[in-house]
Amino acid sequence: MSDPISDRARSWIGGWRQVRPSLATGAAAAVVAFVSLALLWLALRLAGFDASLALGALWRGSFGNWYALTSSTFVRATPLVLTGLAVAVAFRAHVWNIGADGQLLIGAAVATAVGLAFGTAPAWVLLPLALVAGAVGGGCWAAIAALLRTRFGVLEVISTIMLNFVAVDLVGYLVRGPLQEPSHAYPQSNPIPAAMHLPMLIPGTRLHWGFVAGATAAVLLWWGMRSTAAGFRVRAIGANADAARVAGRIDVARTTTNVLLLSGALSGLAGAIEVCGVTFALYENISPGYGYTAIAVALLAGLDPLGVLGTGILFGGLEAGALSMQREASVPSVVVTAIEAALVLLLLALSRRGSATSIISRFAGARLPSAEEPS
Amino acid sequence: MTDALTSCLEASVRTATPLALAALGELLVERAGVINIGLEGIVLGGAFGALLGAGGNSLTIGFIAGCAAGVAIAALFALFAVTMRADQIITGTAVNLLVLGLTGALYRGLYGATGAALTIPTTGSVAVPLLARIPVLGPTLFDQPPPTYLVYLTVPLLWWWLYRTHSGLAVRAIGERPDSVRVAGIDAHRWRWMTLLMSGGLGGVAGATLVLSQSGTFAEGMSAGRGFIAIAIVVLGRWRPMGVAIASLLFGAASALQYLFQAMGWRAPYQLFLALPYVLTLLALAGLAGRKIEAPAALGRAA
Repeated sequence: MSDPISDRARSWIGGWRQVRPSLATGAAAAVVAFVSLALLWLALRLAGFDASLALGALWRGSFGNWYALTSSTFVRATPLVLTGLAVAVAFRAHVWNIGADGQLLIGAAVATAVGLAFGTAPAWVLLPLALVAGAVGGGCWAAIAALLRTRFGVLEVISTIMLNFVAVDLVGYLVRGPLQEPSHAYPQSNPIPAAMHLPMLIPGTRLHWGFVAGATAAVLLWWGMRSTAAGFRVRAIGANADAARVAGRIDVARTTTNVLLLSGALSGLAGAIEVCGVTFALYENISPGYGYTAIAVALLAGLDPLGVLGTGILFGGLEAGALSMQREASVPSVVVTAIEAALVLLLLALSRRGSATSIISRFAGARLPSAEEPS
Repeated sequence: MTDALTSCLEASVRTATPLALAALGELLVERAGVINIGLEGIVLGGAFGALLGAGGNSLTIGFIAGCAAGVAIAALFALFAVTMRADQIITGTAVNLLVLGLTGALYRGLYGATGAALTIPTTGSVAVPLLARIPVLGPTLFDQPPPTYLVYLTVPLLWWWLYRTHSGLAVRAIGERPDSVRVAGIDAHRWRWMTLLMSGGLGGVAGATLVLSQSGTFAEGMSAGRGFIAIAIVVLGRWRPMGVAIASLLFGAASALQYLFQAMGWRAPYQLFLALPYVLTLLALAGLAGRKIEAPAALGRAA
């Protein structure tokens, strides 16, 4: 249950028990992952594909060998974890930020622009500058939605979606206009300076330090949500905004704004990391819908930041494997989007009461009855 | 100049048609207290259904298939958001992802990985006798593809149903106070299901319109946010049929402006025009601030 009192009670119990809800979420995600594979197998059989060949390719292209695991799955998981965290934090406060994709695009664009503008700066200045600029860019993009909600009462569900489309058009304009490479032949920017490249984490693979950044963010958020006053406020307005305002004297508008800014910054950081670690230039289609997949990533993790790390890797693997499935068994890779959505619906059906908070209680809190009702 | 103006107005109505159909359906659902973000998926599913249905070169079957696909997706949404009382926004988002993935996979599976230029015959425009001969207004309003006339029919019908019948009153009451309505012996779940199915049908036809009356082809994700814009249009139209129709027309006009600008030889990055409807949505929604907005009180809450 995410109501503040029982959460506080749980934190008193202390020790490794605090980690147990995350482990429970992980176990639940593993079960759901297994079900998803069964579903996929069935769907492939029905559609007349060679299911065992396809699933074999899925396995080999994701978790089945060291190179695929590091260079595809973890690389793909990095933006999913960061945007998944962005969505999880927002949804925890019942702030429906569907705009992670747009915020990621803006983050990528700003990071690229900064990198190209300050190309001669040394790496220890340029790289942090680009990453921070990306996060600020994503945060600013989310700030528009925050302003629209607090000042004008516009539902952030609608505004963040609209801003996604505007961001796509804006990046489309940038790579054909101000940021286009000098020959004007391709809709993409110049390559960013080498000083801006994220160092590789494991030599001989494509895995960069951005993955560590994602994992660190997950741990920090997990700790922050559960052990800080700000995290408490986020959970409180998510549980009941009116009660939080009246009984907890929490400034709901301000907390909502901060949540959206943090959420946007995480997505923007994801975009900057994608540019500095993977693409090394700004492209129009730099995001294959990370911000939308992130919603499934966050929900499947029960909005738990540590869980997001797990489901992000799982979905990174699914998407990496889908590409090899497409190559080897000519199964369209978009099929994983449908699988991801089916998983979310499955989870909704399992949790019956259905709200995001009750998903959490079912997958995390429900396994801790002693913490639920402290005597 | 008159020609340019006429073609711009005509394009406004054409662009507004699918938006109006989808928005009128969403209006109905929202009056019953449900916000269906899955409308985007319904429109996309309707478009794909129309593609499948029109395969045998029958436009009528294409529209029916689009409508049926919309109804089926709406039923899925209703199953979760009404019967299981799941969170409406999460359900809607999941439905959108599901439809996006399914239509993409099926399209590539059925028509090849590239989905190379597939063309379907489209409905021509049908001129209404006499009315179509009125200068400017005639070709604008009465020389349009059939779905536009469906909008003309739906607006008064919807108004009459919502404001002049007992069941319409029941639907509006469910959107305000689902608990009290139950005491009066009205089954809120049943009416939410009904309105969702109807809106699925309208949204499906909206998607079919994109394929069968406008583009003559299908592309992955071709709904391109129209379902979301339709939801914004419902807010702009103040949850009223006529208001929704007018708001749709405004959006159609915003999108059609580019034809006028092109005719006037005004050069600007085309992404500006692409972004215009979305920016306009945001500005229009912000512009409503401070006014009394009559949103159904129970919007988004389980019944």
